[in-house]
Amino acid sequence: MSLRIRWRKLVNVVMLSLTGVCALLTVSVLFVILGYLLWYGSKSLDWAFFTRLPAPVGEAGGGMANAIVGSGKLLLLASLIGIPFGLLAGVYLAEFGGKTFSFLVRYTTDLLNGVPSIVTGIFAYTVIVIPMKHFSTLAGGLALGVMMIPIAVRTTEESLRAVPRVLREGALALGASKWKTVATVVMPAAMRGIVTGIMLTLARVAGETAPLLFTALGNRFWSPGWNQPIASLPVMIYEYALSAYDDWHRQAWAAGLVLLALVLITNVGARLVVSRGISFRRA
Amino acid sequence: MRTNTSEDARPAERAGGTASPWPADVKMRATSVDFYYGGRQALHTINLQVPTGRITALIGPSGCGKTTFLRILNRMYETVPQARPEGEVLLDGEDIFSLDVVNLRRRVGMVFQKPNPFPKSIFDNIAYGLRINGMGSKSTLAEAVEKSLRRAALWEEVKDSLHKSAYALSGGQQQRLCIARALAVGPEVLLLDEPCSALDPIATAKIEELLFNLKDLCTMVIVTHNMQQAARAADFTGFFLMGRLIEFNKTEIIFKTPAKKETEDYITGRFG
Repeated sequence: MSLRIRWRKLVNVVMLSLTGVCALLTVSVLFVILGYLLWYGSKSLDWAFFTRLPAPVGEAGGGMANAIVGSGKLLLLASLIGIPFGLLAGVYLAEFGGKTFSFLVRYTTDLLNGVPSIVTGIFAYTVIVIPMKHFSTLAGGLALGVMMIPIAVRTTEESLRAVPRVLREGALALGASKWKTVATVVMPAAMRGIVTGIMLTLARVAGETAPLLFTALGNRFWSPGWNQPIASLPVMIYEYALSAYDDWHRQAWAAGLVLLALVLITNVGARLVVSRGISFRRA
Repeated sequence: MRTNTSEDARPAERAGGTASPWPADVKMRATSVDFYYGGRQALHTINLQVPTGRITALIGPSGCGKTTFLRILNRMYETVPQARPEGEVLLDGEDIFSLDVVNLRRRVGMVFQKPNPFPKSIFDNIAYGLRINGMGSKSTLAEAVEKSLRRAALWEEVKDSLHKSAYALSGGQQQRLCIARALAVGPEVLLLDEPCSALDPIATAKIEELLFNLKDLCTMVIVTHNMQQAARAADFTGFFLMGRLIEFNKTEIIFKTPAKKETEDYITGRFG
């Protein structure tokens, strides 16, 4: 009897410690990455990194101004494609969808989410790069935009579903049409969740390298307009990290840090805007 | 004040009904209404007249169909898939099922069981109905909002915080806000679905007093679990049981000398 109890106590302690250790490991992985990035990244961060073009091969110094702007342009384009599609499809699923078609859309969205990013890259390559016969910002933006859609759809749908039914009925009872109800009551109420979801997808595609390799390609110079190859931080990191030069390795770390910081700033900024919007001042 | 005289004079021909003119003292009339949720029948041949300018209470045990019936009157059942009514419901002689639903809901407002203010300011909550219905310009909006809040006896409490969140109000205040919001679009009928079930007795008393004062303004139908509330507030009372309207009469008759045994059993607390 007492042996049995001791055994049970032992199992309890072992299992509790195991879950604790795993939880700790999960957290520490993130902190190790962050620590590395801060340690190596900050050492090679300087003003020139933000303001200057990459130095010619063999020359020290230079920066990644073009890649920072390039990532910004690619993400802007991706948002222009991903957010409207994701948002409206999510609204459809949550508010208007019938059974069979909604199931189909949901299932397809999940599949799309599972498509490897490099395959999405090939798609953009086939659709835009081959017909236009050159790499471009447009192709890169399309690849990233397509990648944004699935998560944007699902988080929008879930945020909308979390809005209590009584709010919808309140608006309907005042004579609002279905769309008016969704647009003026349900969506504002769900805005925080929707924006969080969109920020998550944006952060995810901001770090994507594979789909950009043969769509946006990369560029050591400025890329005016939307129709030429363009540099981006992830591709720069890839390129620089694989290079033979110590100076480039340092800059790759710096690029990683900047990429992370940009994602973080966008995220915090968007949340601030949203939380101000929900302070119930205006519809 | 909004008057309903022109509405009352509306002829019955449009509903294809009887040749006799629509009686002014009847606001809504349900004739042999059945209701189905998919294959399950929730209401059986309900015949009921809602008297104009009075408070009509619907009482009965949970699941008896009183809320279902209420939600037919402004076609709110349409939010439930596969819900289907049969029979005829007239509003001033007009068939509500052939009216435009947006128009119907503007004329027949609704207040819900749980206060459901929108996540907006107090002002915007009241203005919402006016804005979506294109009623009132910017200049008249403030005036209309004040009028509605006064009617709902909330103005004095919120006049200094109109642009604060509606969620900052107490439960009772929120419910009065919802009443004000419904009143703002000038409904002829106000449906109330257990409006006090989430409120304490003091807030409940305020709402009952408010309803009493609103009788000149609109006809009211209130679903309630609370029999004292029906006895206190309503002019007419209908007793529902298992999807049927057992008895409908003046409130004092229902409570003092009910005709049916089931009604008596229910109001004396023998079941339900």
